[in-house]
Amino acid sequence: MSVSVERMVKVFEKPRSLTGAHSTYCPGCHHGILTRIIGQTIDDLGIVERTVGIAPVGCAVFAYRWYRCDALQAAHGRASAVATGVKRARPDLVVFAYQGDGDFASIGTAESIHAANRGENITVIFVNNQVYGMTGGEMAPTTLVGQKTTTTPDGRDPALFGYPIRFSEMIAQLEAPVYVTRQALFDTKRIQEATKAIRKAFTNQVERKGYSLVEVLATCPTNWHMKPVEANRHVAEVVTKVFPLGDLVNRG
Amino acid sequence: MAKRVLMRGNEVIAEAAIRAGCQCYFAYPITPQAELLEHMARNMPRLGRTFVQAESEVAAISMVYGASAAGVRTMTSSSSPGISLKMEGISYLAGSSLPAVIVNVVRGGPGLGNIAPAQCDYFQATKGGGHGDYHMIVLAPSTVPEAGELTMLAFELADQYRTPVMILADGMLGQMMEPVLLPDPVDPAALPAKPWAATGAKGREPNIILSFDLDPEGLRRMNLELQARYRTIREKEVRHEETETEDAEIVIAAHGTVARIAKSVVRMARAEGIRLGLFRPITVWPFPYEPLRALSSRVETVLTVEMSAGQMWEDVRLAVAERAKTPFYGELGGVVPTPKGILREVKRHVG
Amino acid sequence: MPKGTVLVDEERCKGCGLCIAACPQKVLGFSGRLNRSGYDVACMERPESCLGCAFCALTCPDVAIEVYREKVAS
Repeated sequence: MSVSVERMVKVFEKPRSLTGAHSTYCPGCHHGILTRIIGQTIDDLGIVERTVGIAPVGCAVFAYRWYRCDALQAAHGRASAVATGVKRARPDLVVFAYQGDGDFASIGTAESIHAANRGENITVIFVNNQVYGMTGGEMAPTTLVGQKTTTTPDGRDPALFGYPIRFSEMIAQLEAPVYVTRQALFDTKRIQEATKAIRKAFTNQVERKGYSLVEVLATCPTNWHMKPVEANRHVAEVVTKVFPLGDLVNRG
Repeated sequence: MAKRVLMRGNEVIAEAAIRAGCQCYFAYPITPQAELLEHMARNMPRLGRTFVQAESEVAAISMVYGASAAGVRTMTSSSSPGISLKMEGISYLAGSSLPAVIVNVVRGGPGLGNIAPAQCDYFQATKGGGHGDYHMIVLAPSTVPEAGELTMLAFELADQYRTPVMILADGMLGQMMEPVLLPDPVDPAALPAKPWAATGAKGREPNIILSFDLDPEGLRRMNLELQARYRTIREKEVRHEETETEDAEIVIAAHGTVARIAKSVVRMARAEGIRLGLFRPITVWPFPYEPLRALSSRVETVLTVEMSAGQMWEDVRLAVAERAKTPFYGELGGVVPTPKGILREVKRHVG
Repeated sequence: MPKGTVLVDEERCKGCGLCIAACPQKVLGFSGRLNRSGYDVACMERPESCLGCAFCALTCPDVAIEVYREKVAS
């Protein structure tokens, strides 16, 4: 069956809410995919003029470079508390905290739990790649048993350093949070699901529903010593067995 | 309409902050400043303002960082060990050029110490405490009414210079009650806008609040700009008070509660024919080096009295150098010097 | 079936290979060309098979890919 072609239309381009600055992330790092999804979400909701992003300390310390909105760079671990300060000062702003596994789940443990427990009307994105990227590959609280890192050169031994922490499950048993979900980005289907989740997490804030947390299982090809495609497979086959995907809380 | 009320020091600081237009207050309970939190908890919500009891002093200073970056007047309060926890956050505020007011109701230290008054956090407040080349303006009230006045001033200075400002009080000042004339309230909505703040990038380029530049040249520029601002503050914002120094042979140098006690000692000494005066820094940063230098040329002795092992004493010696004798009398551990005890020390150093 | 095409911004591409693996039609491959940063950039090896599904663009961490699709009129 023949078709007549009118013209080519662009069906995919960079979200307008992204500055387009060349990213400083490693090749294949999922931070980049997540950044694009957040930019797309800000576009779709039309909120770039009232969004404030909170950048962590970690590989995403430069997060303020990627978005066309106001942003703060917070002390290590404190992004959830800083987000609380911004949101309480100006409740009409859409405030998101973007944190890695050290920032959110180690040094920031208290701030992460208590922002959730107070039900702050913010959106928290927790990037879990089971390792500390920026500082050169040390153990994270989420590092898998047996995983080799620079501070667990023989593999994480639970007798010495405990087990990977399932932080979203801890947050999920608090009364206040309205949306707690764990997503991944290792294939197209996962990217589409994660996009819906991020969209929901931001929409919840816009609709003043309360606290939303999206944990994203991400890769760190550099510190996992894997190529990007192999790293994706590692998440799909190994990491998801320790950190199950799906919604833990979904109210409203 | 201003009216006279009998109020506790902690409450006066809280009420003054409210009247200065403090929009957001974040703090963690610690003795001896619990009344400050309680006053804020009772009054901020009914004014449509924010009170949050944070999960720690660390979280509280981070909330202050966020609220300040969003362009509102904001404050936290604590006491010595809690202030230690805030030091990283204070460095971040200074490095990011963010205005904020931090109240330290100093207690005995180091470590857990006790809950009695002390002045042993002077170094921490004026010489750093946090990392990096920065300063906070540090105001040291010596009476309950002055605590209120300096709190109002702190918010103005913080906004004017985009810098953290500390109120350096102590457990005695926090707890004692005096009649206070409360000032007229400032309407937060009437305060000048902050074009640099993260208020939502509508019709302008995004504002990025950070204290970070990987490029040494960039960070150097930022530091030079901070240093220039501190020079301006040193030139313009020094405050001190002198009592009976015109004909003095010996002066006491003291701040805060000790200065208040020393005023009684001046009266007692004068009654016995000793020409005693008092030099009282009100800003301990910037320290009034120049006025003290000038005064020290006219007197024999500058006796520093503090509730510490001798912290402000170092700044006194810097100012005075060899121009006069610079002895020291200190009490530690929350012990408060008595007027008789100070007078005894004065007599030891007179002719 | 509608046809599509992609444009790879060669200076943004980091040669990570995720787009190559994501493409259901095996359109993309490594070009062998190095960009200014030294990365072997992705390119269309079998452009005739491109459907414009944008799976490559969805996974590109550097937002280096634009996707075009033919508008079809019967």
